[in-house]
Amino acid sequence: MTELTHIRSASVPSAAARIDLLPVLIFALFAAAPFLAPASGAEGYVLSLLTRVMIFGIAAMSLDLILGYGALVSFGHAAFFGIGAYSVGILASHGIEDALIQVPVALAASALFAAVTGAISLRTKGVYFIMITLAFAQMLYFLASSLAAYGGDDGLTLPSRSLVAGLSLLKNDFGLYGVTLACLLGVYILLRSVVNSRFGRVLRGTKENVTRMEAIGFQPFSFQLMAYVISGMIAGLAGCLLANQAEFVSPAFMTWQRSGELIFMVVLGGLGSLHGAIIGAAAYLLMEEFLPEILHAAGFFLNDEFRWRLTENWQMVFGPLLILTVLFARGGITGLLRRGHHG
Amino acid sequence: MTATFFAIQALNGLQFGLILFLIAAGLTLVFGVMDFINLAHGVQYMVGAYLVAAFSAWTGSFGWGLLLALPTALAFGLLLEVLIFRHLYDRSHLDQVLATFGVILFLNQAVKFVWGAAPLSVPVPEILSGSVEIMDGLLYPVYRIAIIAAGLLVAALLYVLVSHTRVGMLVRAGATNAAMVSALGVNIRRLFMIVFGFGAMLAGFAGAMVAPILSVQPGMGDNILILAFVVIVIGGIGSIRGAFLAALLIGLVDTLGRSFAPNLLRLVLDPSAASQTGRAIAPMLIYIFMAAVLFFRPSGLFPAKR
Repeated sequence: MTELTHIRSASVPSAAARIDLLPVLIFALFAAAPFLAPASGAEGYVLSLLTRVMIFGIAAMSLDLILGYGALVSFGHAAFFGIGAYSVGILASHGIEDALIQVPVALAASALFAAVTGAISLRTKGVYFIMITLAFAQMLYFLASSLAAYGGDDGLTLPSRSLVAGLSLLKNDFGLYGVTLACLLGVYILLRSVVNSRFGRVLRGTKENVTRMEAIGFQPFSFQLMAYVISGMIAGLAGCLLANQAEFVSPAFMTWQRSGELIFMVVLGGLGSLHGAIIGAAAYLLMEEFLPEILHAAGFFLNDEFRWRLTENWQMVFGPLLILTVLFARGGITGLLRRGHHG
Repeated sequence: MTATFFAIQALNGLQFGLILFLIAAGLTLVFGVMDFINLAHGVQYMVGAYLVAAFSAWTGSFGWGLLLALPTALAFGLLLEVLIFRHLYDRSHLDQVLATFGVILFLNQAVKFVWGAAPLSVPVPEILSGSVEIMDGLLYPVYRIAIIAAGLLVAALLYVLVSHTRVGMLVRAGATNAAMVSALGVNIRRLFMIVFGFGAMLAGFAGAMVAPILSVQPGMGDNILILAFVVIVIGGIGSIRGAFLAALLIGLVDTLGRSFAPNLLRLVLDPSAASQTGRAIAPMLIYIFMAAVLFFRPSGLFPAKR
């Protein structure tokens, strides 16, 4: 038995080294995309789709910090999307259009919301934690829906994208793409150093066994709360970017379905691997984007009306795919890749 | 005038609370017995509403529609259990949340596929139409009274079932300590199927009952599901009594909050600010209430003893 584990662990480093190429590959692809996009003939569309992928990648990574490394199932993470997006929207509608003001406000608001709700939520465990994070997100959702001054249910169209230090860097899609890519890389590096630090090791320890962490002298609560605040702030940043990408802000950014999607992205990519969260976000959004067309193509033998209805209701196929993924693809996409390396 | 208005709102709150209870009862037992988070419980409410709409249109009578819808809702719940849910009991809560989330996406779209996206309306049954005067100057629709009566009746029936029958005893024991009940030789999976089917039928019944007063549309189960979760979390997971009291509390807080928050705020704010803040705060009230309850009692008001 010990011999077997020894052999297993001996083969791990090479696999791990190969896995580490994956984030490099991902960032290389994102960096190359703007230069390849013109070849597709639909440059604007490709850029905006990939920008969305990166924005959700940032949010999914932030969720992965607490979900994958801390085993805290937050079912209200979309709330931070909303805080970030509304910070941009509300400030812009009062004429404050510079990201150098908007983003710090969004981060501060996210941190405050995370600190207050996290301190309350972390008193509970398991399902109660899932539900209370959901409840706080619902609170914000209803608050946003009733903000008649900022569009209420209908949302708020931004007068224009944010300026950066007075420059209209984000005005064209290239600029926004570049800034989003920089944020994605920055967040990845930041989170990577967080999870590898002493703080991150304690956090992972709380995931394995809270009592043991207490016994060796750590206070799990303060570590979990800190992780929750960091995670909330990063998701808030993603919200700022999303508002700029859509040039629109609405309560729909923070429905509980959206929080569910974020969890799904993290699980799809593989829990506890930051680049996995990016892959999960990409897989989810690309599936969402292309499933209708795939269905349309696959339904060539159906009569027109039925085919159209199938394409229109693509979520009928998407839902079962989701269920099958959960049932059969344990460890997510990065898990599959890792297993593939083992042979 | 205000007293009448208050009475009407209180009755509406009671009616809403009872509907919530019908949904939450199944949810809390399923969770208590199998430790299974079923987000798809809300779609069973929607399915109940659609079934009653379809069967009433087909038979031309709401009564027959309801009679046919209930066993169909039961069968549908059992089908979901066999096809999907039983593969998830041993999984983490996270997997359960995701897979049942997939079921929601599928079924919301499936009803759109079958019945179209436009809301359906179900006529109020002839004998239950109209209003009665229940006190001086207070007219209240008969159908809503019927919902209240049916809700109370089902609650009483459930109480008798759970606290005075053998199956009920096993369910209570299962909600408290499933492993122990299983060790005593009870087939916990079969017990669970019974609970699950019954819970699905109750949710379907709730959907069928409100079909004539709400519009039947895709996604109608989503928000009520969240409320049902709020109810079972406040009540203490696995506790029927807790779910009942919490459902009534939530029903009243929500309904009364929406009608009176602006008026109450008017005492301290100027009218336009009061009505604006009131409308903003009202839908948040129950979530604030839930956070407060969990802050002081992290496992709900009546936690099943573990």
